[in-house]
Amino acid sequence: MKIIIKRIAAAIPVLFIVSIMVFLMLQLLPGDPATVILGQEATPEAVEAMREQLGLNQPLLIQYLHWLGNVLQGNLGQSLVDGTSVNDLIAERLPATLELAFGSFLVALLIALPCGILSAARPNTIIDHFCTFISLIGMSIPHFWLGMMCIILFAVELGILPASGYVPFFDDPAENLKTIILPVVATGFRESAVLTRMVRSSMLEVMQSDYIRTAKAKGLGERTILFGHALKNAMIPVITTSGIMLAGLLGGLVITETIFNIPGYGKLIIDSVFNRDFITVQSAILVSAVFVVVVNIAVDILYALVDPRIRLGKEGA
Amino acid sequence: MVEFPEKRSMLSIFVRRYCSNRQAILGAVIVGLLLLVALGAPLLTQYDPVYDQDYNAVLASPGGAHIFGTDDLGRDTFTRLVYGSRLTAAAAILPVAFAFCVGVPIGLYSGYKGGFIDQWIITRIVDALQAFPSMVLALALAAMLGGGFMNAMLAIGIGFLPAFIRITRAQVIQIKNLEYVQAARSIGCSDLRIAVVHILPNVMPTLLVQITLAMASAIISEAGLSYIGLGASPEQPSWGSMLRTAQSYLGTQPWVAFFPGLSISVVVLGFNLMGDGLRRALDPKIKD
Repeated sequence: MKIIIKRIAAAIPVLFIVSIMVFLMLQLLPGDPATVILGQEATPEAVEAMREQLGLNQPLLIQYLHWLGNVLQGNLGQSLVDGTSVNDLIAERLPATLELAFGSFLVALLIALPCGILSAARPNTIIDHFCTFISLIGMSIPHFWLGMMCIILFAVELGILPASGYVPFFDDPAENLKTIILPVVATGFRESAVLTRMVRSSMLEVMQSDYIRTAKAKGLGERTILFGHALKNAMIPVITTSGIMLAGLLGGLVITETIFNIPGYGKLIIDSVFNRDFITVQSAILVSAVFVVVVNIAVDILYALVDPRIRLGKEGA
Repeated sequence: MVEFPEKRSMLSIFVRRYCSNRQAILGAVIVGLLLLVALGAPLLTQYDPVYDQDYNAVLASPGGAHIFGTDDLGRDTFTRLVYGSRLTAAAAILPVAFAFCVGVPIGLYSGYKGGFIDQWIITRIVDALQAFPSMVLALALAAMLGGGFMNAMLAIGIGFLPAFIRITRAQVIQIKNLEYVQAARSIGCSDLRIAVVHILPNVMPTLLVQITLAMASAIISEAGLSYIGLGASPEQPSWGSMLRTAQSYLGTQPWVAFFPGLSISVVVLGFNLMGDGLRRALDPKIKD
């Protein structure tokens, strides 16, 4: 309980700085934001109205406090394009991205766990080199190019999967799965690379500990040692990485969603950038950063629950 | 009687350890080739990457006069790849140079001095910066700064800052209480001299690994931003903007997408192999 409170307290200054950074981002716009948003041809009256709407005529500090007050009340503002509430826009786009994020995460786990465990069980063998090589490839291939190659192979040449688009799960589950396979595999493969290394090094470390030596000495089978004894402890650092990865995916899917034309959260950010809808961009970025902070807290708490050494404080270690 | 091992310079030990790893050599060769191609681009091709537009061979398939085919304006893909290596090299160097030049001094100061500014300002800002998913941060900054290649470089560089500050800071905290640093302090060296002359060289090995791996990720980020349309302009032969062009022809002329992506993958693989090789060569825990 103490850890939970401590962890949340530590996050408050971070969130505060995050909010300042996101707020100041609009100041990076070259020139007057109102002019940038409306374009050079806008009449002075329109610019003045926009300045009024954005509250730009007030001092920066007042603008910030006003904005922060709204955000804290859960009001992310209105889209500059059609005036819809940004809350609605985000809520509308989030399900697709969440589905992609969990799907990619699942693919990453399906690749990383067997590869990492096999590598660690047979270090410096052909299997190990092969798995390490696969993870190197995963780190080096841009996932958007992998996505394109998947489109060429599976959609254009073989014609078994759609090249782009998205069908919500509740509209048509089968079609939904078809549309997300390629994006999820392309993104998941990249995410698996880091995770494979993590699983491997963590397993290797655990395999050298005394209790594993004891288990070997008393004649337990390799399988029992690997899965019954080593895996549980090796998973602890992996949980942290996975959590951070999952949180990062919310933003990391930006390009995937563009290639496959999926109306998700990342696509919302990109569309808003090109529509000069900077209020939506600002809010979307804020939400993704807050999401990362929250997931980090959750991961730390989970970590403490899984690892008694942390839960009981340092003297227990 | 103690036997002293044959005296070798640290550099020769490092080079020997690095070269004992075949993958590391491959990485260095790939990176070397990238630089050579970037420098010697005009010698490798007869075409101009922007102005030589062959309207009789638009989207030509590989072979003949255009070994890797042509793009939608009839520009030679091979030529654009060759000249694109310059932008790729720049994309590897510029953001990392920015993050190094800004992040390392901050990390040195923060780790060496400690105290309020370190604990409450620098560390918190770094934490906050790390809360942004890297692609989202790069995208947002590039968009706010107004797009273009140089703004993309800056945006990617800012995203690297937290890592450089953190790594430097953590290393400095480990090193600053070592005896040799205390010795330097006791003979009256100034803080600046201790930080730059005595501590920094010992932080460099760790930073070198980080630099190489950051270069790999910078290349992917640049390609990503250019692919979205927030990096290099469409005329510039960036491998990422070539992929952007290719997107429209996936169904009909798949080779347009093939070569730029392959080039990015190979070069990034090179940097990753090099980074791993450096890590192994510089880690005293790994025996050779």
